[in-house]
Amino acid sequence: MSKTLIEVKNLTKYFDTPKGKLHAVEKVNLKIGEGETLGVVGESGCGKTTLGRTMTRLVEPTGGEVLLDGKNILNLQGKAKNEIYHSIQMVFQDPYSSLNPRLSVGNIIEDPIKTMGPKMPKGELHDKVLELMDVVGLQPRYYNTYPHELDGGRRQRVGLARALALEPRFIVCDEPVSALDVSIQAQILNLLMDLQREKNLSYMFITHNLFVVKHISDYIVVMYMGQVVEYAAKKELFTNPAHPYTKALLDVIPQPDLSRRNRKKKILYGEVSSPVNPKPGCRFAPRCPYATSKCTGGEIPLTEVGPNHVCACTLYE
Amino acid sequence: MSKKKVKEMEEMAAQANMSQMGLIWHRFKKNKLAVIGLIALCVLILVCFTSPIYLNYEKVITQDLLNAYKSPSRDHILGTDMYGRDLLARMLYGGIYSLGSGLIVVAAALVLGVLFGSIAGYFGGKIDTIIMRFIDIFMAIPALLMTMTLVVVFGQSIYSLWLAMIITQFPGLARVVRASIMTIRDSEYVDAARIYGAPVGKILIKHILPNGIGPVVVSATMMLGSVILTIAGLGFLGIGIASPTPEWGTILSEVKDYIRYYPYLGIIPGVAIGISVLCINFVGDGIRDALDPRTKK
Repeated sequence: MSKTLIEVKNLTKYFDTPKGKLHAVEKVNLKIGEGETLGVVGESGCGKTTLGRTMTRLVEPTGGEVLLDGKNILNLQGKAKNEIYHSIQMVFQDPYSSLNPRLSVGNIIEDPIKTMGPKMPKGELHDKVLELMDVVGLQPRYYNTYPHELDGGRRQRVGLARALALEPRFIVCDEPVSALDVSIQAQILNLLMDLQREKNLSYMFITHNLFVVKHISDYIVVMYMGQVVEYAAKKELFTNPAHPYTKALLDVIPQPDLSRRNRKKKILYGEVSSPVNPKPGCRFAPRCPYATSKCTGGEIPLTEVGPNHVCACTLYE
Repeated sequence: MSKKKVKEMEEMAAQANMSQMGLIWHRFKKNKLAVIGLIALCVLILVCFTSPIYLNYEKVITQDLLNAYKSPSRDHILGTDMYGRDLLARMLYGGIYSLGSGLIVVAAALVLGVLFGSIAGYFGGKIDTIIMRFIDIFMAIPALLMTMTLVVVFGQSIYSLWLAMIITQFPGLARVVRASIMTIRDSEYVDAARIYGAPVGKILIKHILPNGIGPVVVSATMMLGSVILTIAGLGFLGIGIASPTPEWGTILSEVKDYIRYYPYLGIIPGVAIGISVLCINFVGDGIRDALDPRTKK
């Protein structure tokens, strides 16, 4: 692992709901190195988006720390808080709603620089925007167009250019390709990877698509109901999944290999239990084929099951 | 390539070098009714507001009973009323009071409405509750009754009329502003602005208000129409701008007993009020469409 850029310690976020505390993110620990990509996988509602939003301080956490270069950014306020956005930026899920429909492409991209960047004369700003557009593969003729005139892929490029405008080192990508066509997904993913190589960017890539994660990540975190259940290097995770939930996830990836096609799949049954005031123990236990009485006892810690590979399951204690 | 396509492309090329305001104006121009309304309104306002330059106020209030009830003629283009006053002069000066009061009241109500509405809508929670409960109290009392009471409390003058109208009108706008801000507050492009450190004021002015202002502009223009009508109505009831000051509603109330025999006395101020309100509504629709780049024409 290269030099650590972002470290998350015991990050927790509870939402108050009329029914009780909703445990969206619970005691999550992560590390992201410079120039690395961490994939975060999990089903809808498992807290991956909240994790990303807490790390960028769009949502205030209930507890824990996020260390950027070893400094906790969660207790910064006012100007100091805004300073973190020179290092941390975000690309949003839906390119149809993440761009202000009243601003032209040029205005959208220049706005971060106007707000936070160094003061520069108009001409220089214009050139800088064109340069950013070039970096993400947008032709200059789109400078004066409005978001509704562009297709999804180009819009996402605009969103990416906006995120790059402040020259961050770390970008949270919150399902940036899930709203796009498959062919365009590949373009955007490759663009993200090229940019990473050029600028030594780190990504936290949130998605529910395992193919995408396999393509782009160095490390992968699997989340289930707000908790990290498995954390491993990509190859290790795909060849040697430990947690029953990860196994089930990998098992339902459609197989292009015809000879393996009729193999019986382990399909998960049951619903995700409610994240409001969850019971102690493993949250996956109600759906887990290996569940024993040990699973519902107390907190299950992440234990090492291999090199660069931890898993929270009683099977490995 | 079809002719239509060529025209479209030329248009795109023309739009490419326009500023934001230029683009809005470009879209506004395409709505014929709105342009006609704007021109008519401008002419009306210009003619009325410049009338003190070429018309002596004496002419508006001096009675000349020998020349009463003159039908429109060369000397008196719109005729004279029951006291022999030139109706054209009264209508021109009346426009200053009617349109001017309407504009002042709506502008002030808009400022207050946007201010309170955006604070309540953006911050939510306790601030929202406090502001909205006050506004509910204002709205629970019928507007006309409230205006009349306030005018009586403040003492009858044009200023207390304005103040009373502003107090009764702004809560409605604040509600519209709050509602449209609440729908936009949590959208992803607002989050995107937060994530490059945009301050609250900038988020509101640059990202939220331009997207939520459509319904506000429409209600403000509708309000301009209704404010002009209400001021006229209050004038008619004798609580608004008092005779002999020539406000359109006051003029209408003065002549109400004679309309049967001299219909032009009623038709002229009535038509003036009607046309102004109609034009204002056309312009309002035009502005709403022009502000939205997604409008296709």
